[in-house]
Amino acid sequence: MTSMTMVQALNAGLRRAMDNDPKVLLMGEDIGPLGGVFRVTDGLQKDFGEDRVIDAPLAESGIVGTAVGLAMRGYRPVLEIQFDGFVYPAFDQIVTMVAKHHYRSGGITTMPIVIRIPYGGGIGAVEHHSESPEAYFAHTPGLRVLTPADAAEAYVTIQQAIASDDPVIYLEPKRRYWDRAEVDDVSPISGSPWTSRVLRTGADVTLVAYGPMVRTCLEAADAASEDGVECSVIDLRSLSPLDLGPVVDDVRSTGRCIVVHEAPVVLGVGAEVAATVTEQCFFRLEAPVARVGGAYIPYPPNRYEQHYLPDVDRVLDAIDQVTAP
Amino acid sequence: MTDDVIQLLTPDGDLVQHPDYPLDVDADLLRRLYRDIVLTRRTDIESTALQRTGELGLWCPVLGQEGAQVGAGHAMRPSDYGFTTYREVGLFHVRGVDPVDLLHLYRGVSHASWDPQRVGLGLFTIVIGSHALHSVGYAMGIQRDGADEAVLSCFGDGATSTGDVHEAMVFATAFHAPVVFFVQNNQWAISVPVARQTRASLARRAAGYGMPSVRIDGNDVLASLAVTRALLDRARDGSGPAFIEAVTYRRGPHTTSDDPTRYRDESELQHWEALDPLDRLRRHMVKTGALDEAFVVDVDAEADALGVRVREAIRGMEDPDPLGMFDHVYAEPHPQVTADRAAMSAYLAAGEAS
Repeated sequence: MTSMTMVQALNAGLRRAMDNDPKVLLMGEDIGPLGGVFRVTDGLQKDFGEDRVIDAPLAESGIVGTAVGLAMRGYRPVLEIQFDGFVYPAFDQIVTMVAKHHYRSGGITTMPIVIRIPYGGGIGAVEHHSESPEAYFAHTPGLRVLTPADAAEAYVTIQQAIASDDPVIYLEPKRRYWDRAEVDDVSPISGSPWTSRVLRTGADVTLVAYGPMVRTCLEAADAASEDGVECSVIDLRSLSPLDLGPVVDDVRSTGRCIVVHEAPVVLGVGAEVAATVTEQCFFRLEAPVARVGGAYIPYPPNRYEQHYLPDVDRVLDAIDQVTAP
Repeated sequence: MTDDVIQLLTPDGDLVQHPDYPLDVDADLLRRLYRDIVLTRRTDIESTALQRTGELGLWCPVLGQEGAQVGAGHAMRPSDYGFTTYREVGLFHVRGVDPVDLLHLYRGVSHASWDPQRVGLGLFTIVIGSHALHSVGYAMGIQRDGADEAVLSCFGDGATSTGDVHEAMVFATAFHAPVVFFVQNNQWAISVPVARQTRASLARRAAGYGMPSVRIDGNDVLASLAVTRALLDRARDGSGPAFIEAVTYRRGPHTTSDDPTRYRDESELQHWEALDPLDRLRRHMVKTGALDEAFVVDVDAEADALGVRVREAIRGMEDPDPLGMFDHVYAEPHPQVTADRAAMSAYLAAGEAS
């Protein structure tokens, strides 16, 4: 076990994937000598060379589009999009080409591309640096979507994403980049990343979150427990596929479910969770499924973000509502 | 550079060698090019007819551009790789794509028309310009493999306005990738003339990216062959990307759904008919004695047989099993697709039972 921040865990995971498979290469803006703006690729170009850690021209569609060609040639490109709000120039390539190519080729050509995107708010950043675009990608058949909640998860799931023969949108919760955890960087990688994780069980309320909101929900569960309300906390981890079996099982015993994410609530991932829970737990629900998340506004200037982003108090408020007699 | 076009075969059918692009021309080569243009044209005619009789949803005619495409196809080595639009019927033919396979897409039974690995051609993209980037990425892979191969990247004048084509040029030159951009300037992007895409010749753009470019007579199969071969050789040798503008003309509609009478003048068509790539080649072969009667009869018979085979195969093509639409969305099982497939299967079974 090694204590690592999420940035260090991702760096170690990338390094191990590159050691294990010479077809793995990295491409992105400023990922070479600089090591990426968050230093996730720190030192990798020095050790693996400029042919495998490629500083790309400043063009996101170009990065993703050339990765499609590299994948056709048998490579496994791992791409860094510098910030969430800069992925949109590549959206066309991601949706029309990366997501569909295996399908349109009748299964002949795989697209083992990982697109890493630091996402979410909470770091006081300027416009276009704090967005949560996950629903676009989860809504697109052909893509898989993963988002780690902590450093230990990041170390394992980045390697599993790279090993997948399907394209993976890998959303890194940037406000958790500097959180530390004990990382098992020795054992062989095992388990499936495409499942939810039950992190805590409680009899009264099921909290469902992913990425940056997992820690928020764990903290809210601690606080609720002090008031005598016991919460389960489930980390979805994979947004495509969505593994809602553990959520449904838990809600059948608690009767109450709250979904938490930073993205706008309306038509977000939480809507799918709420619909499925309602379908499958209808006669066991003690309250309507609640959703806590962003308002239907663009991500606001950062002096507003403490009000925009869900926090422990907003989760506790939702807990109060679903447990009200 | 000038905007002059390189031409090896004059419209009257005379061969004029170019000092920079010498080409060994013998009767055998001429016959192979002739045959490929005739068979491409027949595929085109049959496909339009199949669309008109309701057997295909759409077709994208190639009439007028066969010379550029067949020449470029002959310039490629089997180990080279190509990326194209939907209109490169001549290139598909030269690379060995069966027309029946090609028409799967227009019949609506499949999005794929061939096995890319076998043919050495990526599946064409319908999103304009998108594949220019795939070409460059593939070429970067060739570079990393240290392989003696190059990529031919075909698109049209309309595509040159897209951001992806610009980014492809940037990446190609930044990484010195072994790729040749082969732009068929057929004068029209559906109804919009090339003057709306660019004020300068397209070939002039290459200089701004730092790569050489050549403007060729796109209705001259020999110029296309000679110049494309030279630039692919150069790319394979590690001298980086290059750009070809083949000046040609789309004499048919953009697709079978298009109506060119709404936007272009009949006199323009007559001008380009006089520059037809097959007529020009035929004139040269007659002059040099390379076109004997038996050969012409053989090729015509082959084209007729091709037409019969394509018609029968397409008319007899069954609709696919409805559950086939769930295949290959992912390479590894995805629970949502599995669930949706099971739901459709149950629904269909219930319908059959009632």
